[in-house]
Amino acid sequence: MEFSSKDFTDAKHVLKIRDLTVGLTGRPNAEPVLRGIDLDIRAGETHCLVGESGSGKSVTSLAAMGLLPKGALEIQGGSIDLEGFEITLAKPAEMRELRARRIAMIFQEPMTALNPVLRVGQQIEEVLNMHTDLSRTAVKARTIDMMTQVHLPDVQRIYSAFPHQLSGGQRQRIMIAMALILDPDLLIADEPTTALDVTTQLQILKLISEMQDRHGTAVLFITHDMGVVAEIADTVSVMQEGRIVECAPIRQLLVTPQEDYTRKLLSAVPNLVPRAARSVATGRDVITVAGLGMTYGGSGFFKKSEDVRAAHDVNFTIASGRTLGIVGESGSGKSTVARCIMRLIDPTVGEVTIAGTEIAKMSRRQLQPHRKHFQIVFQDPYRSLNPRWTVARSLCEGPVNFGTPRDQAFKDAVELMKLVDLPRDALDRYPHQFSGGQRQRIAIARAVAMKPDLLVADEAVSALDVSVQAQVLDFLDDVQAKFGIAMLFITHDLRVAAQICDEVLVMQKGVIVEHGPAGEVLASPQHDYTCSLIEAAPGRHWDFANSRALSGASTKPGAIT
Amino acid sequence: MTENPTSRHSAFQVLTGLFSLPVGARIGIGPTIASVVLVIIVLASLFAPLYVPHDPLSMNAMARLQPPSKEFLLGTDPYGRDTFSRVMIGGRVSLLIGVGAAVVSVAIGLIIGLVAGYFRLADSIIMRIMDSLMAIPAILLAIALVALNGPSLTSVIIAITVPEVPRVVRLVRSVVLSAREEAYVEAAIALGSSMPKILIQHLMPNTFAPLIVQGTYICASAILIEAILSFLGAGVSTEIPTWGNIMAEGRSYFQIKPGLIFWPGLLLSLCILAINLLGDTARDLLDPLMKKREA
Repeated sequence: MEFSSKDFTDAKHVLKIRDLTVGLTGRPNAEPVLRGIDLDIRAGETHCLVGESGSGKSVTSLAAMGLLPKGALEIQGGSIDLEGFEITLAKPAEMRELRARRIAMIFQEPMTALNPVLRVGQQIEEVLNMHTDLSRTAVKARTIDMMTQVHLPDVQRIYSAFPHQLSGGQRQRIMIAMALILDPDLLIADEPTTALDVTTQLQILKLISEMQDRHGTAVLFITHDMGVVAEIADTVSVMQEGRIVECAPIRQLLVTPQEDYTRKLLSAVPNLVPRAARSVATGRDVITVAGLGMTYGGSGFFKKSEDVRAAHDVNFTIASGRTLGIVGESGSGKSTVARCIMRLIDPTVGEVTIAGTEIAKMSRRQLQPHRKHFQIVFQDPYRSLNPRWTVARSLCEGPVNFGTPRDQAFKDAVELMKLVDLPRDALDRYPHQFSGGQRQRIAIARAVAMKPDLLVADEAVSALDVSVQAQVLDFLDDVQAKFGIAMLFITHDLRVAAQICDEVLVMQKGVIVEHGPAGEVLASPQHDYTCSLIEAAPGRHWDFANSRALSGASTKPGAIT
Repeated sequence: MTENPTSRHSAFQVLTGLFSLPVGARIGIGPTIASVVLVIIVLASLFAPLYVPHDPLSMNAMARLQPPSKEFLLGTDPYGRDTFSRVMIGGRVSLLIGVGAAVVSVAIGLIIGLVAGYFRLADSIIMRIMDSLMAIPAILLAIALVALNGPSLTSVIIAITVPEVPRVVRLVRSVVLSAREEAYVEAAIALGSSMPKILIQHLMPNTFAPLIVQGTYICASAILIEAILSFLGAGVSTEIPTWGNIMAEGRSYFQIKPGLIFWPGLLLSLCILAINLLGDTARDLLDPLMKKREA
């Protein structure tokens, strides 16, 4: 894989952060959030800040923007020097001027960063009106020009569109246009592609590097995704608990990481090579889905709205002890399928047979005794456990519903705690007292407590940091081996699918476009859409865990060069 | 596993963590005074029969319209009844109506609201009924009820409760509507929990915080409405002194004996002010969004 190999030895420093310490306002004895950060960004450089959630990446960028929340966080020491201008001492008025002209920022969620009641063209123009004396026609001309530069289609139409009328990728392009229109020296991008689909992500990453080449902007790119880092970074700083543990040029960091933490982080990154094929299914089929379809909308009372076909003609079977992955981007219908199988929504057509019983047409009441055969783990462990309930109560809920006596259910819960590797006293605690990974393991334990035949994991690791992701995937694998559960694994992340699935099913716009063993689908995809998904996976040519290029793919250059 | 939850502060958690200071630190001087005042008024009214010097109903033709003295602390009314005794005893009924109306409307509203929020079919029917109930003015309803049943405590509480119930229903319904989309409710469905169990154990606790706040407002407005009704003569019978009817009887003598209106009016205002202030404080403490907005 080719990495960026630009030389910055002679480039001037745009941003120089020295020994920056940020702590909680009014609590001088509390642990600081940032402890002595040093960071240099040179003109034209892309500097990636990577780390897990809570490592202080975002706080660093907010400090550089002078946007630390008042009354909550404050700079307690160190300096931030933007081309000779000391940001830590700047007055609010100076900072406002500085923010548009010399530092710009783009955020993770373009929907919330844009004003929903203003046309996007106006929002870009507002930046110009605030900071320049251009005439109205000049402002509009420059806005249109900028919108063309970020490759928005049909610029005239989008100019007068509202944010909700645009796709996520288009909104992020508007944000980039807004950030770069005054030609700043430094662009801070805080997880700008995390909320986007992989194919859109690839386009946005390309756009940022193109804009950078054109304008010579320095970019501070904050991300948790090592794949993205490998694609775009010139230099990488790895953050952990408010410190920068390692800072090196990209190739050096990936090939010869110096610090244990960096190595740990890299080794947790799954790669696109599918898991070793397991012996062919011998168990009986746990679930058979035939002709499943789900259509939303239809005829309304007052007006005929157009049907939305969320899923159409979905067929598959899973044998016990096997894992099927459904892969697709947002809107592909993968979650609809999961929810239909769980009967959280009622499918329009088709049959779902689980453990020998057809459940798609049952009434809620008829279905109730069969619920124990299939369980689900949700994406967000912060929301899938009732915050008012102790862990014990959550774990006992299901078994008690099916007639297990309360003390027996509690005894089982104690056993489950051992299984998920949490202390026994965790049973008396509440969900907020656990980390995300621990919560997700509790959620899995709750599903496993029912001794189900089928476990549906709906983006079950997507909200977790990579290292935690790896642990949870291992745990799911253990559970499956121990209980012989069939697993339906819904994910948007091909790497995750490669790690855990025996078979992969690719969905696009509600239809299955490809279905086969994980090895075949990932190694030699047949459908164009599968190809483009694999092409778009960032850093797919690099084996992060083993610090080497992946064989067979090394001849191709990286997606972004 | 090596994860340690305490060392994992995301940027967001750092921000929110700052606002979870001990509760005492955030209660200001206002709410403290309010609760002290309210406790004094409630205790004084509750134990009024034990200490008031005169029977609030016994008339004394020899002692009409007396100025404040040792025997009659706040003077007497045109019938020679002791104003101090009447005001303290009258507080019992006023507070009883306030608390009674709040409890009854919250309880009824909670049950109807849970059903409306959870069942789509019931929702559209219940909410249209609630809309029409909301259109009935409390005072007109009270006058009608009193005309039908004669003046009584029950009529007054019903008259105040009926227009309040729809407001509680709307509140509970909106909380249930958003809470039922939570993943933990879906998880409970998947775990085979029955509908009543989900409704009572998962959804109902979400409504408690807003209901406490709403309850205090209903309580304050019920005390006020009772006073208005008594003033109009549509409240409880004049044999039972309440702040409202003491003021109503005193209004003809306002120019020579302002105390007849002033003292019950003062207690009424203090009481409502204190309850509203506590309601606001409860809302700020219980609603995390309000807290953030202030900071």
